[in-house]
Amino acid sequence: MKILIVDDFSTMRRIVKNLLKDLGFTNTLEADDGKSALPILEKGGIDFLVTDWNMPGMTGLDLLKAVRANPHLANLPVLMVTAEAKREQIIMAAQAGVNGYVIKPFTAATLKEKIEKIFERIDHQDKGS
Amino acid sequence: MQIDLLSLSKDLVVALENGDEANADEILDKIAGLRETQLFQEIGRLTRQLHDTMVSFSLDTTITALAEYEIPDAKERLQYVISMTEQAANQTLTVVEDLLPVSEQLSNQSNCLSAKWGRFLDKEMPLKEFKSMSQEISAHFEHSITSLELIHQGLNNILLAQGFQDITGQIIRRVIELVRNVESSLVKMISISGRKGSPPPLALEHNELPGPVVPGVDDKAHDVATNQDDVDDLLSSLGF
Repeated sequence: MKILIVDDFSTMRRIVKNLLKDLGFTNTLEADDGKSALPILEKGGIDFLVTDWNMPGMTGLDLLKAVRANPHLANLPVLMVTAEAKREQIIMAAQAGVNGYVIKPFTAATLKEKIEKIFERIDHQDKGS
Repeated sequence: MQIDLLSLSKDLVVALENGDEANADEILDKIAGLRETQLFQEIGRLTRQLHDTMVSFSLDTTITALAEYEIPDAKERLQYVISMTEQAANQTLTVVEDLLPVSEQLSNQSNCLSAKWGRFLDKEMPLKEFKSMSQEISAHFEHSITSLELIHQGLNNILLAQGFQDITGQIIRRVIELVRNVESSLVKMISISGRKGSPPPLALEHNELPGPVVPGVDDKAHDVATNQDDVDDLLSSLGF
């Protein structure tokens, strides 16, 4: 399981990386913007995307939309971890196809719960189809 | 104006040469009148210019907005940065204060038992003492497991507490943007004083995204999720 962590603040990437490590996900990659993340995703091999929203080059929302529009990446599970907490923001992300939405500041337990939930849903989809 | 003054002056000279005091007085009055009119006209012009400039300042809504909303906003945001950083520091310090004794106790136990175990290996331990040491070792393992779990949790909490840097960083970036706008407004105001007419409209760059929620500033419209439960409730209510 290879996870890509995208955030323009390196401290946040470091925190998420360590939390994932604690949950057993040791194979992680980092990108500091949607712009630099997209080519990494297009290269292939990433199983899960954790991304911030507010980034200067390409926002997390635009990254999500680009992922969903790409036939090779359309089903990539995406978890948004962001300080954007306005209701209309959350709805926009859901409508764009985000699999989970965590607001900052968050706890390790919340992150774990959301990741597990995403994988559960994927399992059910696989088993159902 | 100058022509009138010149012709009046010529008439004045003629009147004085003729000894015509009455006429000279009348002409002098006329000349004085001309000067007064000129002065009033100049004052009028300056007053109008000052009025126009002041009107153009108040009409410039970006400057008004800066003074009325953005700057008080910015102060609250920076205040929030202070309280967030304080909170993060305190969280970290609490963990450190809680765990230092735990770590110290574990260390003392280990050192003590290590010495005893050393004596045992050197065959310098009577059986009775070995029995009590066995019990101590079992207790030490139990204690270690609990303590190390506490330390692990504590380290994770310290990790999470560092999340303040990202949020405060985003908030500070916005305040820097505001300062930049105030700076350019001031520069334009300074250049206006040497110029007629209204200043060009200032384009305030607003970030498209609202960014981290500063309580009391960004949540006035009550359209904000205040915690993860709010987010989850909203999403599930919409069927996601």
